[in-house]
Amino acid sequence: MRCGFWYVARLMSASAVTLSNVTKRFGEEVVAVDDIDLEIGDGEFFSLLGPSGCGKTTTLRMIAGLEFPTEGSIKIFGEEMGIRPPNKRPVNTVFQSYALFPHMSVFDNVAFGLRMSGIEGSEVDRRVSESIDLVQLSGMAKRSPRQLSGGQQQRVALARALVNRPKVLLLDEPLGALDLKLRQAMQLELKDIQKEVGITFVYVTHDQQEALTMSDRIGVMSHGRLLQVGPSEEIYESPANRFVADFIGETNFIEGQVTAPGEVKLTNGALVKARTHSEPGSAVTLTLRPEKLNVNSPGTDIPADRCSLRGKVHRRIYYGDALYYEVDIGTVLVDVMVENRPGVLRWSEGDEVLLDFHPEAAEALTE
Amino acid sequence: MTQLAEHERVEVNPELEERAEKDKARRGLLTALPAYVYLIAFFAIPLVLVFVFSFASRSRTGTPVLADWNLDSWARLFDPLVAGLAWRSLWLAVVNTLLCLLIGYPFAYWIATRRAGTTRNLLLILVLIPFWSNFLVRTYAWRTLLDVDGFVTQFGEATGLWGQLLFSLPAVFIGLLYGYLPFMVLPLYAAIERIDWSLVDAARDLYATGGDAFRKVTLPLSRPGIVAGSILVFIPSLGAYVTPDILGGPNTTLIGEYIVTQFGAARNWPFGAALSSAILIVMLIATIYYFRSGGRTL
Repeated sequence: MRCGFWYVARLMSASAVTLSNVTKRFGEEVVAVDDIDLEIGDGEFFSLLGPSGCGKTTTLRMIAGLEFPTEGSIKIFGEEMGIRPPNKRPVNTVFQSYALFPHMSVFDNVAFGLRMSGIEGSEVDRRVSESIDLVQLSGMAKRSPRQLSGGQQQRVALARALVNRPKVLLLDEPLGALDLKLRQAMQLELKDIQKEVGITFVYVTHDQQEALTMSDRIGVMSHGRLLQVGPSEEIYESPANRFVADFIGETNFIEGQVTAPGEVKLTNGALVKARTHSEPGSAVTLTLRPEKLNVNSPGTDIPADRCSLRGKVHRRIYYGDALYYEVDIGTVLVDVMVENRPGVLRWSEGDEVLLDFHPEAAEALTE
Repeated sequence: MTQLAEHERVEVNPELEERAEKDKARRGLLTALPAYVYLIAFFAIPLVLVFVFSFASRSRTGTPVLADWNLDSWARLFDPLVAGLAWRSLWLAVVNTLLCLLIGYPFAYWIATRRAGTTRNLLLILVLIPFWSNFLVRTYAWRTLLDVDGFVTQFGEATGLWGQLLFSLPAVFIGLLYGYLPFMVLPLYAAIERIDWSLVDAARDLYATGGDAFRKVTLPLSRPGIVAGSILVFIPSLGAYVTPDILGGPNTTLIGEYIVTQFGAARNWPFGAALSSAILIVMLIATIYYFRSGGRTL
């Protein structure tokens, strides 16, 4: 019966998690999550990205059933969750600080969910060791979580959730406590594991690099609101507003006014082409990423399909793999990144330069 | 990093290092000295004396004589009368510990799970307020409450639930429970307050019901508090003197009162000393065992 129901539910909607008008208030004044609508597809690796306190963890906890929405509805594979407790939801969570039971061995930690759902004996043994193998911790089953490194604990937390074969796996900043190298390795491994088990991952992080690398789609949150949802590239290349542009990667903001369709007059007087849908006369902010700009000597001929900006090198910063120039264009300092390849021209502080960029790289934001 | 030339390397003198270590140890001893002196003079030496007296003999008038060392007093411990008293005391202490745990745990849990720190502190202060007045005074207050015209008795008679409780076993229980409950609540609170609640979230997320999560996670993790609180209640309950003396009757004599009698009216110091030493040894063994079972977390 239950299987039949799931089958029908999945036919009716291909989305694993659906949030409609979800709001969460704590007390009278704190609005942690503010009217969110979101659909996460079956098998998708979806990231909720935002600074701390933006409501992403609360959203995750509401999907898990550890918090209930003040308003709105949460559906998992078409089934309304309402105030159903966490133990009756087909999801499992990897917690931020792993939340491994300190008084149990690795084996008992991983077996916990199975035993609680009434599975016993050899079935438990088989699935637990399968799961421990999946996260490459074979031979560690008898250890106490205390005896494991941070990376190993993280793997136990993952195994403990995956062993239950949840329909959706929720991950709350699972790599936050690991050092950079290990984090990067785990990012790729998590992605591989997700492909292997084929279930939906909802991943909460404040690390934009992590979100861009791993996700099929990203939802950017700020102050409880979902600002933009889309594939990694779309979020990075065409941010919906200033917050998203600023939060994801590095960018320059240059104020201006639309003069004609696709044309913006900057506050320093320069006329450039940009991607804009605003009416002539409206004030806009151009976002231009540092790597989309080139630095040339003042007399260089810029091809007609590109735009140029005059400026003066204010400062040069050596990053190892790249050089950053802060170029004064009269009104603001524009950051330009130049890859540190052999033979690349180097500019010094005080040099007059000519910047150029493709209009496609300049997005005009109205907010 | 610049490499130090061979001749520039700082030689570590093992003698200097040793002397520094010794100095450190000496300073440590110096700070602990007052406590050592006090404990040796007023705790260790008297204890040894008690132990020594348990092997002493008595003169015809009952005065202890530090000669003719014997095991008579120790042999008397197996007297049915003494065994009966010991059994009653033990039973009472165990029941009182369990009652304190049963009442104290939900209360400590409730305090520890209040969200606001000020609420928690206020509740803890309420637990501690009784300590501001003397234990003896508070026990006499219970005597007034439990007496014929006392509030508790009148309430019991009005509702037909109980009569006068003073000078009976229930009165002793009420007094002990009242006296030692805070000693159970405080360590329990400390243990429960330390619990990482995301572990309970994790258990719930892994299909545990609220009850399962409590039994599998919260309870095991509050074990250090249960162990500490039980020891703090059990030991003084076993040796209780004031409470049974004031609130109990002739049929509620406990081992603590019996020991006092040996040093007073009975004028049998060696036997009193043997009883005291025996209780000490039993409690020491029990405590060590209990602590061990508490595991490394304690």
